[in-house]
Amino acid sequence: MGWIGETVDSIKSIKIRQLLTQAITLGMIVTSALIIWKALMCVTGTESPVVVVLSGSMEPGFKRGDILFLHMTKEPIRAGEIVVFNVDGRDIPIVHRAIKVHERENTGHVDVLTKGDNNDVDDIGLYADGQFWLHRHHIMGRAVGFLPYVGWVTIIMSEKPIIKYILIGALGLLVITSKD
Amino acid sequence: MHSFGYGANALFTFSVTALAFICAIASLSDNFSNQNPSTEIQILNINRFKKQSYENDEVSLTLDITADLQSLFTWNTKQVFAFVAAEYETPKNSLNQVSLWDAIIPDKEHAKFRIQTSNKYRFIDQGHNLRGKEFNLTLHWHVMPKTGKMFADKIVMPGYSLPDAYK
Repeated sequence: MGWIGETVDSIKSIKIRQLLTQAITLGMIVTSALIIWKALMCVTGTESPVVVVLSGSMEPGFKRGDILFLHMTKEPIRAGEIVVFNVDGRDIPIVHRAIKVHERENTGHVDVLTKGDNNDVDDIGLYADGQFWLHRHHIMGRAVGFLPYVGWVTIIMSEKPIIKYILIGALGLLVITSKD
Repeated sequence: MHSFGYGANALFTFSVTALAFICAIASLSDNFSNQNPSTEIQILNINRFKKQSYENDEVSLTLDITADLQSLFTWNTKQVFAFVAAEYETPKNSLNQVSLWDAIIPDKEHAKFRIQTSNKYRFIDQGHNLRGKEFNLTLHWHVMPKTGKMFADKIVMPGYSLPDAYK
């Protein structure tokens, strides 16, 4: 009877060890993804080094679902640059082009007016009430590169959260049932 | 090692890596193209030049713009965004850039053009510094690729000036 108990115990202990290894592997994957993301933030100088284009206001150059790579330097903002900015009170960043720039002597303070390439009017209507210009602190980065279509995954996941849960559930299932 | 799951995973990883590699190469190839765009801009007329009710000068002018941007197009180019900006200095501002006209050029055939147009966007100063002001007209272009790095450059044409009096 003793060795039955022993076998049962050894089977139980294998399962626990395997489970722990898998949990640690998962943790390592998540952590390294986070490290890469934070490193990207450092290198590019902006809080969101990659953004997804959500509207058609910059067509035909950027379509909904494209992703943009951002970079931010201390260089002053100049006309023609495609900037990503946040308006006070709105949490979705907007990607448009700077069409007017007025830079102050000495302080380097800058007034910027933006407009989407595909829009008929400039962005004054998008700014907060009484605001006529964007300033440096509104601007999160300049677009320096782009990849088409890749952003659709993010759009689908945020507009239909069900898909997000299904994906995470499936991934979790895969991790648990895999033998490695 | 031969289940459907493993096979699908391997295929997916490989194709994503291959796609990423191709996009990177396409973008890199843009660095090797020879580019020599040219342009010429004439101011045909100053239509209106006044001081607005809240103290800022405003100018309306008609421009004659000739440009040849064909050499900017490579096989990885989706479109070229070109715009003409007036650039000048005032006592308060070390730099003012005001876009007067822009266009999206979708392909090489449209990249060589001549148009006469009045300014698309209002040329308004911050203040009333524009009388007799000398300014540059700069043609900027932004090349937007099919994938990868975007790049931009410009041609600066100095020597334009506004009249000494409002009209």
